[in-house]
Amino acid sequence: MADVIIEIKDLRKDYHVGEVIVHALRGVDLTITRNEFVAIMGVSGSGKSTMLNILGCLDKPSSGDYLLDNVDIKTLDKDELARLRNKKLGFVFQAYNLLPRTTALENVELPLFYDKSVRAGERKKRAIQALEAVGLADRMDHMPNQLSGGQQQRVAIARSLVNDPVLILADEPTGNLDTRTSFEIMELFQDLNEKGRTIVYVTHEPDIAKFATRNVLFRDGKILREQIVSDRQYARDILKTLPVEDIEEVNQ
Amino acid sequence: MKYSNLLTIAFRALVRNKMRTILTMLGIIIGVGSVIAMIAIGQGSKKKIRDQMSSMGTNMIIIFPNYQRRGGVNLGSSNSMVLKYSDVTALREEATDLTEVSPEVRATGQVIFGNQNTQTTVYGVSPEYLDIKKLTIKTGRNFNPQEVKSMAKVCILGETVVETLFGPDADPIGLTIRIRNLPFLVIGVLDKKGEDPMGRDQDDLIIAPYTTVQSRLASIDYVNAIFASAVSEDKSQAAISQVEEILRRTHKIRESEEDDFRVRSQSELIETVSSVSDIMTILLGSIAGISLLVGGIGIMNIMFVSVTERTREIGLRMSIGGRSRDILRQFLVESMVLSTIGGIMGVIFGFLVAKIAGSLMQSPALITSQSVILAFAVCFVIGVFFGWYPAKKAANLNPIDALRYE
Repeated sequence: MADVIIEIKDLRKDYHVGEVIVHALRGVDLTITRNEFVAIMGVSGSGKSTMLNILGCLDKPSSGDYLLDNVDIKTLDKDELARLRNKKLGFVFQAYNLLPRTTALENVELPLFYDKSVRAGERKKRAIQALEAVGLADRMDHMPNQLSGGQQQRVAIARSLVNDPVLILADEPTGNLDTRTSFEIMELFQDLNEKGRTIVYVTHEPDIAKFATRNVLFRDGKILREQIVSDRQYARDILKTLPVEDIEEVNQ
Repeated sequence: MKYSNLLTIAFRALVRNKMRTILTMLGIIIGVGSVIAMIAIGQGSKKKIRDQMSSMGTNMIIIFPNYQRRGGVNLGSSNSMVLKYSDVTALREEATDLTEVSPEVRATGQVIFGNQNTQTTVYGVSPEYLDIKKLTIKTGRNFNPQEVKSMAKVCILGETVVETLFGPDADPIGLTIRIRNLPFLVIGVLDKKGEDPMGRDQDDLIIAPYTTVQSRLASIDYVNAIFASAVSEDKSQAAISQVEEILRRTHKIRESEEDDFRVRSQSELIETVSSVSDIMTILLGSIAGISLLVGGIGIMNIMFVSVTERTREIGLRMSIGGRSRDILRQFLVESMVLSTIGGIMGVIFGFLVAKIAGSLMQSPALITSQSVILAFAVCFVIGVFFGWYPAKKAANLNPIDALRYE
């Protein structure tokens, strides 16, 4: 069972909005094993965001079990959840969420500030390694506003890697990017996945979902369909087919 | 979370918004600066007054006749005849807490030398007077008991009188001046004392034996006041009681009657004058304190704006492992760093203002360590107090909502 990263059984989440109870999740069962690359899909209101919040330990389920890397979430309080996020999870957001007027390196260092066991010297070393892993070693001292959207998202991915998490969660990571840059980001995710990272991402674009190994489709707070991607695509291959002009446009 | 990390985070956040940080600090800088400067100016002028009054002798005791009443009419005290030379003798013999006693007889009159003349006060005293009032002879000598006994027409001049009659840097020793047309031999000149706290010229005087002034100038047999020195400043109160006890006895005042004299010590006068300048200091300090408070509110205002503006940052920090208390501490440290650095710069600013104001007002500003420590303590408290509420607001944010905040 060591390979199971996420184990969810009959997970439910209710929100109380005034008198009305909204059932955001109505009994979800999901298992994700190590080194999987899962895309969560669904229209808005299908419960996929709620699912991601719970997967990210930002929210607790109303009922049901959620084991993250064999840790039962139910038994943890707010501070322990924060610690768990710090140790085991990496987040990538649609809007990057980088600190403005802060260098790429300092942005990547950020999660390690909340880890007592990491010293200043090690913090910097690990941040540089993470930036190297996303191919931005030469942009360490750049501010976010000096970087393109794709580069900013790479910094954000480096930030999610820096604490060596068991799971990377990405919320529409390509939502703010043009097609070509989206593919580049997905190429990076696929690389990381090949090197052993477990990644879960939310998207509503079928094109982007095809890069995953498995798709999970949510509807009305339940999993409607779960399938292994049979015609899995590789971003690296698609990028080769794109016209060269596009590449120059991106680089400008 | 480690405190070194906390400081790094707070510093980075403040550096990220340099302009805002500086403007926020400005409120604190002005607040602390004005408190420091006002207190320094107040303390400085108090010290100046105290020094001036101490230079007249801190253990000096003055005995005046009391206000005379006749049938409900207050006749004032200057023409009172109750103090006699016999009182001086009695005090010299009996008052063990006094070291020196001198009568003071005043007469005003025209003083003439050659074609120069001036109007001044002649103080008729005994030789101890100079010691009691901390007056010192610059050139020449004091008169002696023999001259007192013989009502010698000798006098000691103050610097102002010398300048008026003889011109600056003149040596009048051995020359004869005319006071109310009587010739007086100048035997000494006093050192310059300058103005007293009320701005009166302390060098515009002539000192002569009391016997001479009593009989030749004023034609009176009483004395206007008695000056004495207590053994020490601490003994002033004991000396006053002794004087009262002795004078009541020699004046034959009955138990039920009021004193016909008043006794004041110089230290009492110093306290009275000091308390006035203390009130001024408190008043100036409180007005400056209000500007410090406004500076503190400025910090709170900016911290609130900052929390709102950085909602997504807070959400991010929480999602990557920041606990509520880490967020709380971050914002608290930010506001404390703001107020403390502002405080340091404020102390420097206040120091400069005090120096400049001091030199303009000719009373050197006195910056005490207490006022610096007080200003720092207030800054620290302001940082915590005004940073707390915004920090609490930040810490209570829900990470999911914060991340989604537009």
